Amino acid sequence: MAVLSEEQEMLRDMAREWVVNESPVAKFRAVRASGEPRAYDLATYATMAQMGWTGVIIPEAFGGTDFGWLSAGMIFEEMGKTVTASPLMATTLTAAAIMLGGSDEQKAKWLPQLASGAVIGTLAIDEGPHHAPHRLATTVANGRLTGTKAFVHEAHDAALFVVAAADGLYVVEADSAENAGSVRVATRHLADMRSHALVMFEGASAEKLAAGPEDLLDQLLDRARILTACEMLGMAQAVFDTTLDYLKQRVQFNQALSSFQALQHRMADLFGELAMMRSAVEGGLQALDAGMMVAQAATIAKAEANRVLHIISREGVQLHGGIGMTDEYDIGFYLKRARVLESSWGSTSFLKDRFAKISGY
Amino acid sequence: MATRPMTDKDAATDAFRQEVCQFLTDHFPPELKGKGNPMAGIESDLRETEPQRRWRESMGSRGWGTPTWPTAYGGGGLSRKQAAILSEELTRAGAYNPIGGMGVMMFGPTLLEYGNEQQKQEHIPPICRGEIRWCQGYSEPNAGSDLANLQTTAEDKGDHYLVNGQKTWTSGGQWADKCFCLVRTDRSDKHKGISFLLIDMRAPGVEVRPIRMISGLSPFCETFFTDVKVPKENLVGREGEGWTIGKRLLQHERTNLSGGGSTGRMTGQRLPDLAKKYHETDASGALADKVLRDRIADFEIRWGAFLLTARRAAEESKAQGGVSEISSVLKKLGTKLGQERSELIIGIMGLQGLGWEGEGFSETELAGVRAWLFGKATTIYGGSTEIQNNIIAKRVLGMLDHQ
Ligand SMILES: Cc1cc2nc3c(=O)[nH]c(=O)nc-3n(C[C@H](O)[C@H](O)[C@H](O)COP(=O)(O)OP(=O)(O)OC[C@H]3O[C@@H](n4cnc5c(N)ncnc54)[C@H](O)[C@@H]3O)c2cc1C
Repeated sequence: MAVLSEEQEMLRDMAREWVVNESPVAKFRAVRASGEPRAYDLATYATMAQMGWTGVIIPEAFGGTDFGWLSAGMIFEEMGKTVTASPLMATTLTAAAIMLGGSDEQKAKWLPQLASGAVIGTLAIDEGPHHAPHRLATTVANGRLTGTKAFVHEAHDAALFVVAAADGLYVVEADSAENAGSVRVATRHLADMRSHALVMFEGASAEKLAAGPEDLLDQLLDRARILTACEMLGMAQAVFDTTLDYLKQRVQFNQALSSFQALQHRMADLFGELAMMRSAVEGGLQALDAGMMVAQAATIAKAEANRVLHIISREGVQLHGGIGMTDEYDIGFYLKRARVLESSWGSTSFLKDRFAKISGY
Repeated sequence: MATRPMTDKDAATDAFRQEVCQFLTDHFPPELKGKGNPMAGIESDLRETEPQRRWRESMGSRGWGTPTWPTAYGGGGLSRKQAAILSEELTRAGAYNPIGGMGVMMFGPTLLEYGNEQQKQEHIPPICRGEIRWCQGYSEPNAGSDLANLQTTAEDKGDHYLVNGQKTWTSGGQWADKCFCLVRTDRSDKHKGISFLLIDMRAPGVEVRPIRMISGLSPFCETFFTDVKVPKENLVGREGEGWTIGKRLLQHERTNLSGGGSTGRMTGQRLPDLAKKYHETDASGALADKVLRDRIADFEIRWGAFLLTARRAAEESKAQGGVSEISSVLKKLGTKLGQERSELIIGIMGLQGLGWEGEGFSETELAGVRAWLFGKATTIYGGSTEIQNNIIAKRVLGMLDHQ
């Protein structure tokens, strides 16, 4: 665990306690049972906003708390532990896009609304089932954006889309009178039962985020990779902890399963993997806060998150035996969510290739 | 190339091949071409279409669904060589063996070995015809890997047993006609107190409750027995012989499961073809994603080695007379590879390969997800991979039993 400031420690403890008490996995079950395409609980999200979680990375001048990336990451880790569904990450990344590339005017217009939770935002980048951010067909002509975005997270309630076009990032206001009918959202049900959609922009009025650096899109995606890795870390930790508890409690052959050396070594191996994952993910957050070597750190964070969560989510089911295969038991939720996140913002193939490129080989 | 002189044996083989081809022409409904066996999976209900029924009856009445079983009990009575020809010709015609399920895979072979004449006459022919579905009543809430800890009791009541207790994870229990069950007839000895009993799932006092799985389906059940009367003649072997018989059955199960369970069967598509459908190729036709290409090649090489291992094991077991502890090695390897294949398939399709339901996904994509999730069970049931490792270490390698 990274060394935290007193403030950060308070925030983490608060998040930990809140998630356990107010957003246990049972909440997600209820959301799933409701069948609502938005796939999150409105009241839960409203409370998150009240607690200031929507503004953690946003400067105070724009209504945020400016607690930084490490703080934001800890919140996502805690949420990952109970597969808490919410548009918090999508909204945080929308704010990040505007902070990185927005004009003063755009910042003044959007950041306070994102910080307060009044506006939900999301990123619309990829156009197919694989992450391929540099092969985009979306175009903008005369301020009108046209293109189709695949598997956009949390699109159902989003009022603001950050859309990647061939020539840069744009913001599209989905709710504006001008855009009535030109932003269409078609639900795509994935195994994790969260909000995913195909989003079609048909000549939607769009404003460019023109103030950013040359590699604005990459910088934004690195933030998405790191925050996603935080959620994955929480998931891996939860699966590990649940599995360890189960092995200590389940008796076969007149002894606790945890007394079998074969299983002790398995858990010891996973514990080592989890340590690597945690360091990689926290390294990503620290790189963001320091503004150094972010591309490298983000690639390592997401690649390790992919690798380790893949193993732990698989082993978690296996080590539970038959009960791990039941819907009544929570562990399957983590397995299904894991594969969706592994594919989002860069599969392992993508990340290995990117790592080699960044490193110059 | 010099031609080998034709022997009588070759002539007989040729004649048999012709017989099979003729049979296929006469009886295989063309509309079933390329379709899978609805009975092979334990994860689905058996709802036959009319052509499926006809095809099952044609094969069943000839005994060719259980080709090497004795004709006296409705089997095909074929030699292994003939059975191989039959299987080749079925594949060539795009046909499948319509007889399957636990009766064929595990119970039948075990009963042929341990059952008495009357039991074989009663139970084997309906299995050969695919008329009766069997389920497996082994596991209980506190008897999973430690199967011998089972507590369901069968009390001797003179002309019948009175069965009480709970089984769990009973695959297909809600669709099965009968259950081969391990029950306790003696509390004083963990292993020698177990007996192998056949229970009618329609008997009064049998209740099943389906359990929902992570794949969204409910292919298995909790099974409750409350004062169920079971005729004495349904005991297979002697009282107390259940552990020996039950373990033998597991060897058959493991040999069958090593195909990777449903995972191995899913999407007949070759991985490279699938990858080319979802990914770009370069000018030479190679996958542009080199990491993926490497993963697929790595998998395909090991899969090839596994198939060779399975073949070698089959030849050896033939020479040694039947299934053996090598079934543990096959089960462990085959199920692991089957799961890897499933993971590769959904990985290749990206988020498109994680569709759950509704619009935007092909049938293959949706089936892939369910099969991927269901496939996670293959390393748990039939004795988990960890238990196979214990068997290999102790029985095959002679390592110390520290438990
Ligand atoms: C889809 C599905 C279908 C099934 N169908 C049937 C059926 O039709 N009939 C039936 O009777 N049963 C069926 N089963 C049950 C299956 O056989 C059991 O789940 C299996 O034996 C494991 O038992 P368990 O679930 O109690 O796990 P446990 O025995 O509690 O095991 C939990 C974990 O601990 C490990 N473990 C246990 N003991 C040891 C040890 N000594 N050393 C190292 N590791 C160990 C296991 O490998 C596993 O990873 C089915 C199960 C599934 C998932």
